[in-house]
Amino acid sequence: MAETALTNIGASPARLAGWRGIVADWSSDQRAFKNVSWGKAMMWIFLLSDTFIFSCFLLSYMTARMSTTVPWPNPSEVFALNIGGQHIPLILIAIMTFILISSSGTMAMAVNFGYRRDRVRTAALMLVTAAFGATFVGMQAFEWTKLIMEGVRPWGNPWGAAQFGASFFMITGFHGTHVTIGVIFLIAIARKVLRGDFDVERRGFFTSRKGYYEIVEITGLYWHFVDLVWVFIFALFYLW
Amino acid sequence: MVDVPYDTIAGVPPAEVAEVELYHPKSWWTRYVFSQDAKVIAVQYSITAMAIGMVALVLSWLMRLQLGFPGTFSFIDANQYLQFITMHGMIMVIYLLTALFLGGFGNYLIPLMVGARDMVFPYVNMLSYWVYLLAVLVLVSTFFVPGGPTGAGWTLYPPQAILSGTPGQDWGIILMLASLILFIIGFTMGGLNYVVTVLQARTRGMTLMRMPLTVWGIFTATVMALLAFPALFVASVMLLLDRLLGTSFFMPTLVEMGELTKYGGGSPILFQHLFWFFGHPEVYIVALPAFGIISDLISTHARKNIFGYRMMVWAIVAIGALSFVVWAHHMYVSGMNPYFGFFFATTTLIIAIPTAIKVYNWVLTLWRGDIHLTIPMLFALAFIITFVNGGLTGLFLGNVVVDVPLSDTMFVVAHFHMVMGIAPIMAVFGGIYHWYPKVTGRMLNEALGRFHFWVTFLGAYAVFFPMHYLGLLGMPRRYHDIGETAFIPASAHDLNAFMSVAALIVGFAQLVFIFNLIWSLFKGKEAGGNPWGAASLEWQTPETPPGHGNWGKELPIVYRWAYDYSVPGAARDFVPQNEPPAKLSPQGAHP
Repeated sequence: MAETALTNIGASPARLAGWRGIVADWSSDQRAFKNVSWGKAMMWIFLLSDTFIFSCFLLSYMTARMSTTVPWPNPSEVFALNIGGQHIPLILIAIMTFILISSSGTMAMAVNFGYRRDRVRTAALMLVTAAFGATFVGMQAFEWTKLIMEGVRPWGNPWGAAQFGASFFMITGFHGTHVTIGVIFLIAIARKVLRGDFDVERRGFFTSRKGYYEIVEITGLYWHFVDLVWVFIFALFYLW
Repeated sequence: MVDVPYDTIAGVPPAEVAEVELYHPKSWWTRYVFSQDAKVIAVQYSITAMAIGMVALVLSWLMRLQLGFPGTFSFIDANQYLQFITMHGMIMVIYLLTALFLGGFGNYLIPLMVGARDMVFPYVNMLSYWVYLLAVLVLVSTFFVPGGPTGAGWTLYPPQAILSGTPGQDWGIILMLASLILFIIGFTMGGLNYVVTVLQARTRGMTLMRMPLTVWGIFTATVMALLAFPALFVASVMLLLDRLLGTSFFMPTLVEMGELTKYGGGSPILFQHLFWFFGHPEVYIVALPAFGIISDLISTHARKNIFGYRMMVWAIVAIGALSFVVWAHHMYVSGMNPYFGFFFATTTLIIAIPTAIKVYNWVLTLWRGDIHLTIPMLFALAFIITFVNGGLTGLFLGNVVVDVPLSDTMFVVAHFHMVMGIAPIMAVFGGIYHWYPKVTGRMLNEALGRFHFWVTFLGAYAVFFPMHYLGLLGMPRRYHDIGETAFIPASAHDLNAFMSVAALIVGFAQLVFIFNLIWSLFKGKEAGGNPWGAASLEWQTPETPPGHGNWGKELPIVYRWAYDYSVPGAARDFVPQNEPPAKLSPQGAHP
């Protein structure tokens, strides 16, 4: 918004509501998405493409799971932990999911404070989000270690179909990579926020373009997407 | 319909976005090598793609030598033949055509045709090229690793792709998959740029329905590529895991060299589904830019507006959308559920409707036009003929009952070479002859160009027309040596020899083309800003070749579509897109 507010130099055109508005925007010149900056449009389109990647991974996993002739290991049993003598199914995954969803909340608050130009709170909330993300990745590493100790390998496991380990490591690994990239992204932007780069519209190192607080929102788009993907992985891998 | 307050003086709405300051290169390295200028990146993409394309051309010669004169060339053995086939196909489809149309033509033409100063994210655009180059280098490296490149066929079907019976099992297949993954990463960075530039960075007055069809073709193809390449990415990652970690995504339980492999329980058909979910849109990723380029070429060189512009746009969009629901027509003989065949045959044949609309509109554009048989026009006409040819055999292969006996014969090879080999290459050549004057400021040599056209066009037909006949005889594809087979007459071998000679001649004609490109750069006739008298925006730049930022001080303002040729009452036989209408109406000009 900061960027579009600054770059909207012409008279603000009268916008129509609903479908008529969409048709009017798409048949106009210059921009198909009015008031959407280049960076935000690019992130949305990238996420659309990434959606197809995760969909292909998940569909492949579901195909493998449905077509295998060997029984599939029971996720509630495999992902159970013994805590204080209690055998609790899916407890770790539940905590991980809770943490990741909470991080979406802090991210949304960071975006809000970003547009209020509250540097300290924005950066703090982004760092909290990054910390939640890092905790998630750490718990995932714990989960991987536990499974590997129990004999789960990409090519086989003690309980049934070999595709269990293969799909598990591939899909959670790919998602975990996304989270890790998001954490790095968050820390980098939080540093810029704290330094006040977006108040003075300092030029970025790579792009030599001016930075705006909108980048906080764009980072947020990516982060929420990664969370949303996790919901699908959670539902289709652990709850099925 | 649009409630945008029109600037009554100019007839177009005011600017919505302030100009973004461009990155200004400070040294030779950042100007010409690590350049962020889309025009330089386009040239880099084109040269790299053509260089790797020459490798694929030489591979096709070697294949044709073996097919035409089996047993004569002792340095080509069966393994190498398979490696040649694989690398030829992969390079031509992905590293040449996709990269050249989207990375080359896309980078050069999109900003100029929509009136932008550059792509929206020049730095990402630069990275796109360097990752593409890395992918090409990894691909080339497979020729020098132990065991050589993979011989799995360009479709890389498991299980055979990663088993030891296939050449290149050690390193070739691993590097091939790594190269594909790199290519997809690089392409995504460029593709996001192309899409956002078209959607969000057009100049004043440039509505989507005033864009030249070239931009529409490249834009739609890029959107498709962003949605189709993920399937190839996933398939490559999974196949790589199967090969490296011993997972069994695609590998069933099987016996190799008398021993049970470590694999079990995977689905080879899953790979085929993933591959063709990418593979079929890929056909249109190289065809749609060609459609767009051809539309612009024939309109310009027939001095006539394109017939049915809106239908042409919607046909491009419809083809793009439909191409995502036809993939399994490549898999009629794969053993999938036969009922799928009915569905996919139906959707496949529906694609013929928008495609036929395009062909009719090209022909109606030519109808009673002032046709100049320039070299770009010759290539455009050759494209239309070749595309119709290949499209008609596509109707054969789209039907299950006809496809089953023809599957894996030379008929299939002839079909796809006509429709997505020769035809897009004709569009590439036409496009290069057409836009070379804008890129370099000089015309390509006319005599060499005509020689190149006729040898390529007639030669390509000499190679691929008889191939249909061989396919109908039942000659299988991917065979190193047919040998003595009862149902293949001796005359078929003579035909094969003829085709091989023709292929060699066509190949050498491409060297003439390369020579022409280099020679004309220094000695070509000065072209001036607009040698073809074209109306679209890229020909109206203040400088030729266009300078950094494309448009000098002021961005152009667009008042009309890109096809105002032979307008009655106009001073010239074309009206540039940025020429204000003589009498301004509040609605602006046509359309």
